[in-house]
Amino acid sequence: MQSLLELMGHAHEQISQAASLAALDQVRVLYLGKSGLLTEQLKQLGKLPHEERKAAGAEINNAKQALTLAIEDRKQSLQAEALDARLQAEKVDVTLPGRRMDTGSLHPVTLTIQRISEIFAQLGFSLAEGPEIEDDFHNFTALNIPESHPARAMHDTFYMDSGLLLRTHTSSVQIRYMEHNPPPLRIIAPGRVYRCDSDMTHSPMFHQVEGLMVDEDVTFADLKGILEAFFKAFFEVDELPTRFRATFFPFTEPSAETDIRCVHCGGDGCRVCKGTGWLEVMGCGMVHPNVLKNVGIDSEKYTGFAFGFGVERLAMLRYQINDLRVMFDNDVRFLKQFG
Amino acid sequence: MKVSEKWLREWIDTPQTLDAIADKLTMSGCEVEARDPVATAFTGIVVGHVLEREKHPDADKLSVCKVDNGQGETLQIVCGAQNVRAGIKVPLALIGAVLPLPDGKELKIKKGKLRGVESFGMLCSSTELGMSDKSDGLLELPQDAPVGADIRNYLKLDDEVIELAITANRGDCMSMIGVARETALVMDVPLHVPEIPAQAAHHDDAFPVDIQAADACPRYAGRIIRNINPQAPTPVWMQEKLRRAGIRSISATVDVTNYVLLELGQPMHAFDLDTLQGGIVVRYARDGETLVMLDGQTATLRSDTLVIADAAKPVAMAGIMGGEPTCVTASTRNVFLESAHFRPAKIMGKARSYGLQTDSAARFERGVDPDMPFKAMERATQLIVEICGGEVGPLVDTCADASVLERKSILLRPERIRRVLGVVMDDAGVEGVLARLNCEFSKSDAGWQVQAPLARFDLTIEEDLIEELARVRGYDSIPAELRARAPRIAQPSETAVGQGRLRNLLVARGYQEAVTFSFVDPKMELTLAPTADNITLANPISADLGVMRSTLWSGLLRSVAYNLNRQQYRVRLFEIGPAFHQDADGKPQQRTMLSGMITGNLYPEQWGQANRPVDFYDLKGDVEALLEQVTGTQFYFAPVAHAALHPGQSAEIMTQRDVVGWMGALHPRIEEKLGLEQPVYLFEVDLGLLTQRTLPKYQAISRFPAIRRDLALLVKQDVLAVALENAVKKTAIPQLVSYYLFDVYSGKGIPDGQKSVALSLILQDFSRTLEEAEINRIVDAVIASLQKEVGAVLR
Ligand SMILES: [Zn+2]
Repeated sequence: MQSLLELMGHAHEQISQAASLAALDQVRVLYLGKSGLLTEQLKQLGKLPHEERKAAGAEINNAKQALTLAIEDRKQSLQAEALDARLQAEKVDVTLPGRRMDTGSLHPVTLTIQRISEIFAQLGFSLAEGPEIEDDFHNFTALNIPESHPARAMHDTFYMDSGLLLRTHTSSVQIRYMEHNPPPLRIIAPGRVYRCDSDMTHSPMFHQVEGLMVDEDVTFADLKGILEAFFKAFFEVDELPTRFRATFFPFTEPSAETDIRCVHCGGDGCRVCKGTGWLEVMGCGMVHPNVLKNVGIDSEKYTGFAFGFGVERLAMLRYQINDLRVMFDNDVRFLKQFG
Repeated sequence: MKVSEKWLREWIDTPQTLDAIADKLTMSGCEVEARDPVATAFTGIVVGHVLEREKHPDADKLSVCKVDNGQGETLQIVCGAQNVRAGIKVPLALIGAVLPLPDGKELKIKKGKLRGVESFGMLCSSTELGMSDKSDGLLELPQDAPVGADIRNYLKLDDEVIELAITANRGDCMSMIGVARETALVMDVPLHVPEIPAQAAHHDDAFPVDIQAADACPRYAGRIIRNINPQAPTPVWMQEKLRRAGIRSISATVDVTNYVLLELGQPMHAFDLDTLQGGIVVRYARDGETLVMLDGQTATLRSDTLVIADAAKPVAMAGIMGGEPTCVTASTRNVFLESAHFRPAKIMGKARSYGLQTDSAARFERGVDPDMPFKAMERATQLIVEICGGEVGPLVDTCADASVLERKSILLRPERIRRVLGVVMDDAGVEGVLARLNCEFSKSDAGWQVQAPLARFDLTIEEDLIEELARVRGYDSIPAELRARAPRIAQPSETAVGQGRLRNLLVARGYQEAVTFSFVDPKMELTLAPTADNITLANPISADLGVMRSTLWSGLLRSVAYNLNRQQYRVRLFEIGPAFHQDADGKPQQRTMLSGMITGNLYPEQWGQANRPVDFYDLKGDVEALLEQVTGTQFYFAPVAHAALHPGQSAEIMTQRDVVGWMGALHPRIEEKLGLEQPVYLFEVDLGLLTQRTLPKYQAISRFPAIRRDLALLVKQDVLAVALENAVKKTAIPQLVSYYLFDVYSGKGIPDGQKSVALSLILQDFSRTLEEAEINRIVDAVIASLQKEVGAVLR
């Protein structure tokens, strides 16, 4: 029989050489199992003389403990090595693109209408809408544009055989809304409008937003204040000079064209503003008393303002689009730019 | 309206620059749209006199001329113009002259040699002087042009033309006197308009005038001038003023009437007296009467049209255009001049209804100063006599309705000014503007009683005057106010199916939003929706945009094709917009539709995902996701025949009440027609039928475990999935909380005409854990129902 010392020497050697948890377990069984070598030695104790038995027993138990500890140590380091190896094996290239279903985008006209609506919602304006196939009354007559008026000729109207027409402006929504809603009123009406005109800078269909506010105390000064606030909000600038030029619209009086300081050149003059430093962006004015009369609103009691502007125009300025026609080609390479 | 700066400055007295004037006009309502110098900044060009002209010995198209330069020299000049000939006076660019060219460079005149003949200068056309865009030959100057005079001084070319956009309400600004008056008003400077002297009559001949339509023609001034010289040339100053206003010189008499139109805004007409019979009758046309117009067209008149007639026939369309047979010609010696007032309402739209557009109609339909016919007649007489000579007859001013000269009184109240403009104006300020406007006014307790000048047809109500106050003082003088107002808190609806929600969902699923025209190609519309009752445009922009769309598909298909033709093979588009049709009564109806289309691969190209082309079920997944936004409504899909769709891959989308849309594969025939080389899947739903969703309502969640049981079944091939679903539903077992189909297979191992279907049942109770026996009972009940309803057997 081997000496305990010799046995332990072999055991420690085998533990340190065990290359896997399985091999280590084999070593454990070999020494500490039911019929392991150390267990066998314990069984042999009985054969020793009584007086030696105690000391030998303690010696073997110490050895057993030492061996158990050594095995546990080895186990932990083997486990750590195994985890390291696994982590190493599971490494990925984090720069490879993710697996994806790409997202789409909203049309710049929609983005612009949403932005306009959000800004006016802060000012208490709600959304209104009306039909795009209109009658003469709502598109013209009620807006103080009588038949044969020279102002009608400017509108290049699309007609149907029935005499109905495609609305030439969203101003018709003003009339429809006022016919059914008493003042005070605060609305904006975005939508499609149509003019029988098509070239580089005109599309036969485009979008407008009409705005209307009618109350007992609405003035031209309010109109200026609200529109100035709107343009600053729309272009996200704290200062944006505006100017109001006198003009003529049959349905407002006084009437104004609104120019903003060119957002491209800051007023120095460029191609976008045709060298003037100003961009014409909106028509507006105080609602003409005849219009209020036409919808049964007392023009002595109430005053109001209305404004209207082209959505594409604002979208083009905001996103620096220099060609109107790309708006309606729906080229996905164009649309994706707004995602 | 084109306005010469020099002419304007003859009448208004201001040291301000043209920049300042243009800015003020623009801000106050007459927008300056363009500014152009009358000629380029050339130097060294004088009036030359062509003394001799010979053909060039070696070039057919060239002439060799001897030209007097007015400085005692006769220069030899080679010239290529067709109209060069001995005796004419033309602009002569001397050696050393500099002519700016359109490309920004400049031409320096030097001694030269053309085909061997020396040339000491250049004879010029109006184009070379920058006076016009095109010209046919040399600019011929009047015979009395002083030889050697600097052409800039002679033609007064140091001038600019501003082009004003005159708004439809300001007919009074369609003349020099109107623009001058407006400029003086907004610049607050004096206006000096020369007096028009009365012309003494040389004889008593008057042509009778009978106004039978006083409602349309309240005033008519006429005069005979005999024995004019029809060959008299129009003086250069008048030609130049007309040219700068964009009017071509025709003959002295016509030029004078055009000049008076330009100067005073009063349209006039000159008849050849010898072609008129009896007298002038102002009346409405008889239906079907014809008139050969000045432009050579024959108009068939309607009885709503006012005409100037003689005893026999209409001779002019009143206020619009004269007739050809009675107009002045190169041989006219006796003239009858007309200067009348026509009411705007009677002229409005008439010219356009005959396809005409004239300077005269444009002014009369906006309103011409009713006090002007008399003055204009005197002015025209003065000019004709100056230029053409002749013997003047008496001015016969027939006034059939004196009310035309009355001015309505308008009450202007200070409080109203404040309520409209938001500013308080002091009395002196208001009265100052009224005075500058040439209004007559008197102060009363209520405000002012104001009478606007006759020329201002746009000033009829209080707001008109308030607008004048605002624009004359400048809109800049009104502050921008952002006042606090009572807040209006809307109650946002949480049960409305907002378009924003649907848009965002589709964007998240990879769709791009498109915007397409509301009018489409009628042929495509017929292909896609043959039964739609379409609305046709009477005046489309082009034939292929001739009909209002009843579906958004044709526009989207066009966009898909556009992209495929540009190497964009994976396209996912949607649009929300109106579609139109007429109802049974022929009334137009507008519906808001949501349409989408997909084509190409399911995924964008990538390394980590096997790709494949999209199919019916990819689109259906998107449609189902959309419909799930409309909570509280159950939707059904059923096979349907649709003209635009593949007959085997086409479904109708329904609720209990309505058909809300369609989806499927584009019919291969249409694919071919559009030249699409890959399948397209498309859907459309009517958003008008999908407006309401339910408010979420909390339901407690069972704390007990759910049990899953899978069934493998054999059914006939043509059994629809929905039939299996209905069979399961029919058991109505409360513990059967959900079920779904997780496999469909036919082919190897499955009998012909049958398919294998795998169904998963999820069982759960609210109050306890289900026991095996119960579970088996439920599963058996489901199997029994499937067997009974669709003949399913367990595999
Ligand atoms: Zn600019």
